[in-house]
Amino acid sequence: MTEPLIFELSIPGRKGVRLPELDVPESELPADLLRDDLPLPEVSEVDVVRHYLRLSQLNYAVDKGIYPLGSCTMKYNPKINEVAARLPGFVGIHPLQDELTVQGALYLMYHLQEQLKAISGFDAISLQPAAGAHGELTGVLIMRKYHLDRGETQRDTMLIPDSAHGTNPASTSMSGLRVVEIPSDARGNVDLEAMKAYMNERLIGIMITNPNTLGLFDENLEAICQMVHEAGGLVYGDGANMNALMGIMRPAEIGIDVMHFNLHKTFSTPHGGGGPGSGPVGVVAKLADFLPAPIVVKEVDAEEEAEEEAPLYTFYDPPKSIGRVKSFWGHFSVMIKAYTYIRMLGDEGVRRAAEYAVLNANYLLSRIRDVYPLPYDRICKHEFVVEGRFEDAPGVRALDIAKRLIDYGVHPPTNYFPLIVHEALMIEPTETESKQEVDRYADILLKIAEEAKTDPDLLHEAPHNAPVRRLDEVYAARQKILRYRRDQQ
Amino acid sequence: MKIDPQCRYTKSHEWARKEDDLIVIGITDYAQQTLSDIVYVELPEEGDEITKGEAFGVVESVKAASDIYAPVSGEVVAVNEKLEDEPELVNSDPFGEGWLIKVRPDDAGEMDELLTPEDYEKVVAEEEAH
Repeated sequence: MTEPLIFELSIPGRKGVRLPELDVPESELPADLLRDDLPLPEVSEVDVVRHYLRLSQLNYAVDKGIYPLGSCTMKYNPKINEVAARLPGFVGIHPLQDELTVQGALYLMYHLQEQLKAISGFDAISLQPAAGAHGELTGVLIMRKYHLDRGETQRDTMLIPDSAHGTNPASTSMSGLRVVEIPSDARGNVDLEAMKAYMNERLIGIMITNPNTLGLFDENLEAICQMVHEAGGLVYGDGANMNALMGIMRPAEIGIDVMHFNLHKTFSTPHGGGGPGSGPVGVVAKLADFLPAPIVVKEVDAEEEAEEEAPLYTFYDPPKSIGRVKSFWGHFSVMIKAYTYIRMLGDEGVRRAAEYAVLNANYLLSRIRDVYPLPYDRICKHEFVVEGRFEDAPGVRALDIAKRLIDYGVHPPTNYFPLIVHEALMIEPTETESKQEVDRYADILLKIAEEAKTDPDLLHEAPHNAPVRRLDEVYAARQKILRYRRDQQ
Repeated sequence: MKIDPQCRYTKSHEWARKEDDLIVIGITDYAQQTLSDIVYVELPEEGDEITKGEAFGVVESVKAASDIYAPVSGEVVAVNEKLEDEPELVNSDPFGEGWLIKVRPDDAGEMDELLTPEDYEKVVAEEEAH
């Protein structure tokens, strides 16, 4: 590693801040709370600034270049989102303030709920879940409570296609339910025949990712919803791939009963280190009473009477709510960014973003499809999956291709997922990349395929130009060092 | 790829082999190759009951975590404790030192319902072609 840990930069006695002189009487701390063995780093301000700036420069980010990490929708995050989230009126409020004094914040939450309803067709939205998988867990708990409320306590089985997101089985298990995996058919759709055996009184429902992790729109989606509904089950839609559909198709209209959104994917709020996620859940009318508390409602009476003392927007706890899933009011700053994004795009822009996302994915696929094997040959949505292996370069694997991409200064795609494709490379360029950027990525992929035949070791030993060379993931997983200890270095 | 002629197989790539009145269970050579380097194996405890067709453990590699499904129903009478420190045994010797559990079967006849080595070879060939 080219950059030491901040602990290794420590010089005894070096200080970054000088505290002002004490202007109150000094009081002694209890002796049992004092310790002198805390190995905090002793560094100056310039040490800290340079250390973290250098680390940030070693990193890769969507502000640096294309980031086609399939299933993650790493689109560019417009900077106006950040400007809005930093407005003093938003930054300066406190979650315990009286509703009357934060009507602007509630206005934003209410209208974000309305925007998400318009995009999805659902009747009610809760903005509370903190991220995608949290939204899934919330949605599954809503499905479970719906059946319990109807006295159908025997329902315990959730169907999950093998092309679904990997978090779906985890959310189901966490809810105390039984997971049954359903295979895909030859076209990459859910196998309807395989579903039939589970259409009985034990069915909770199905969790379906659409477009699925192959980037394909399930051609049987309507039939699946109908089949599950006839058996008394509910349909959960994993909305992580909403970027392919927004403004074009409303999931509720085709029969999906509950779905989470990923504001940090579809609606351009930053991912991972860039900020927390947010996973609002939308439901059809019959599930609205089970949503987690609180949701924001508009008091129509208050508007008519124009009484100054009555708040126009207020928090509301649904009567049969599964309860709270998050402290306070969810990840509010993320909601500001998503709201800003949707308002900036407008109805037309939202639709165009989805169209361009699908166009970019299909264009990139068309550029590489003759070289990279394509297991499911169909028009894709916002992403696609090819195999990272070549008949005439037997030793080369998807991992080698991914590592070699780093040498060209671009981010690799998701690899080894979905599990139903050998040596999977899952590529999602997103709509924010220009034709030139997509072409450049295609050129690099084609060049690497050529290198795989002419100089396979170049791939096996990649990356060559990164801050660190090929990491030994097996050794790291088997010999775990999970915390830093200065005395052991 | 190795296929042990003494074993019977499942479509989900487990093997089962008779050892006196017990049945030894593991994952196949094809399974370990597909998973690549295995870094963790989660197994049941002695005395646990496992049910044919249901997951009884997990193998985790750098690529994926996969459930292991019971080829037969029965009581777990031994667990390969070596795998706790040396999960790589599943890679190096999947039919031998990399065995997972030993089971006292509820119904020894269930063994006959499993795939023969020849049938299992066909399953693998089909998956490879896909």
